[in-house]
Amino acid sequence: MTTQHDISRQWTTRARHGLLSALPADKLLPDGQPTYVASWIYVFGVATVSALVMVIATGCVLAIYGPTWWHVSSIGHFVNSLHLWSVEVFFFAMIVHLWGKFFMAAWRGGRALTWMTGGVTFLTSIGAGLTGYVSQTNFDAQWIATQAKDGINSTGIGSVFNLLDLGQMLMWHIVLLPLAAVALTGLHVLMVRVKGVVPPFATETEHHHG
Amino acid sequence: MAKRPFNPDRDVAEWHGGSQPYDLLREGFVALIAVAILITSLALLFGSPDEKSVTIRSWARADATDFVTTALGELSGATTSAGYGAPYNHASDGPALGPLHIQRMAGVTIAVDSIQDFVIAPLDSLAAGRSASLTAALLRWHAATSPQRLLWANATVVGALGVSSAPAGDPVPELLSSLSAMATSGALDQSLIAGRGFFSMDYTKPLLFIADGNWFTTLADRQNLLGTQWGMMNETGSYPGQAWLWLYTFWYQIAPFNSSGNADVLVFATMIFLSGLLIFLPFLPGLRSLPRWSKVYRLIWREHYRRTGEASRPRI
Repeated sequence: MTTQHDISRQWTTRARHGLLSALPADKLLPDGQPTYVASWIYVFGVATVSALVMVIATGCVLAIYGPTWWHVSSIGHFVNSLHLWSVEVFFFAMIVHLWGKFFMAAWRGGRALTWMTGGVTFLTSIGAGLTGYVSQTNFDAQWIATQAKDGINSTGIGSVFNLLDLGQMLMWHIVLLPLAAVALTGLHVLMVRVKGVVPPFATETEHHHG
Repeated sequence: MAKRPFNPDRDVAEWHGGSQPYDLLREGFVALIAVAILITSLALLFGSPDEKSVTIRSWARADATDFVTTALGELSGATTSAGYGAPYNHASDGPALGPLHIQRMAGVTIAVDSIQDFVIAPLDSLAAGRSASLTAALLRWHAATSPQRLLWANATVVGALGVSSAPAGDPVPELLSSLSAMATSGALDQSLIAGRGFFSMDYTKPLLFIADGNWFTTLADRQNLLGTQWGMMNETGSYPGQAWLWLYTFWYQIAPFNSSGNADVLVFATMIFLSGLLIFLPFLPGLRSLPRWSKVYRLIWREHYRRTGEASRPRI
């Protein structure tokens, strides 16, 4: 006979309790923010996520027609331009976001993992960008692949990660690295929701009385 | 367990101040629309570069002398790919990081034999249309020892009037002449790409061969794409390229990296170290205090500090 005790020990039950405890609905989708959340710098986090949405959306359109479509179609070329500028805006917003969070020392108050997932997302995105550049099937792809291979080879990574293999690079670019980037971004955003936005540096008054 | 003392670079005082209404989903939606408009405007205004890819055929037609000189370099082992080392061959140890040759240690996993793959195998694959002189030249090449082949290759000269060699019976001029004809017809592109069968998305061999020539570098130079021109992060035309690689590219421009034969691994090691600092910054005393010392946060949270008043100045 199943008892209440058995149910409470189920993986599913324990996972639900853990998730609801760490991330109750009002934390996941808050309707208010602390008053210190008042600066233009906060725009760049959500701008980064928005640009990532555009990167994925435009990449999906390119994927529908295949990797060489954009060379022979004016619409395809425009979608490629959207993809390129989505990437440029994505990196710009992410780097401003990173510097903003650095100057806020946003790792304070148990937020070190949030910072670290952000950093790993940045490095993953650089990999996604490079594999994209070498998957363009044009002169840029040829030149960048032959130049960048020397750095990758020098680390030994080139023995399994061949920048001159279009098939391999395309798979990394449209499957593995986007999965990693989106998963890391999701984790990063959830961590921000769990811990909340980092407060300003403590003041004399707050510190002595807090 | 004793409570850790408060560290302003690690800990925060619990926030007891007020909150303000904030519509997270609405903000997200507005941001997405604004970013989409910005991206669409940039795409409409600037487009994107699409310089046509080069082929071995276009190379052999545009600069026949460079093509033949490079092919001769493959036979004599003088090209970059011939002397590269891992992951393509065992010709060198590759760059060293102190006593470590990581590139060599990773092994030869993408075997490329410059002589065989770029010159001899494609000529061997020519069945229909192969001349009697090419058949004889290939027979002589295959029957010769490696030192003899090297002697032939080193005796061969690429001049304005074509390929010549003093030793009688040297098959190299015939091999190069036939390879040149194969290249200008486009057959060499197909031979190098289709080396593994009907389907292939692996361009390792043709790209290594093209990159061995000077013509490819000349084209890149015209587009300001060389390593000395911060080429790692650039792309053709006036586009931002991979601007986020500026720090990586920067090291190649300065000493000791710009004069070191081990620059690739030294720059990569430097960047891996700096990336580690970035990731683990929250745990690094001194470095994690930089934001507090810089006081830039006072600008970011100026509204907050103005509201909380001069009496509660930040502890700096």
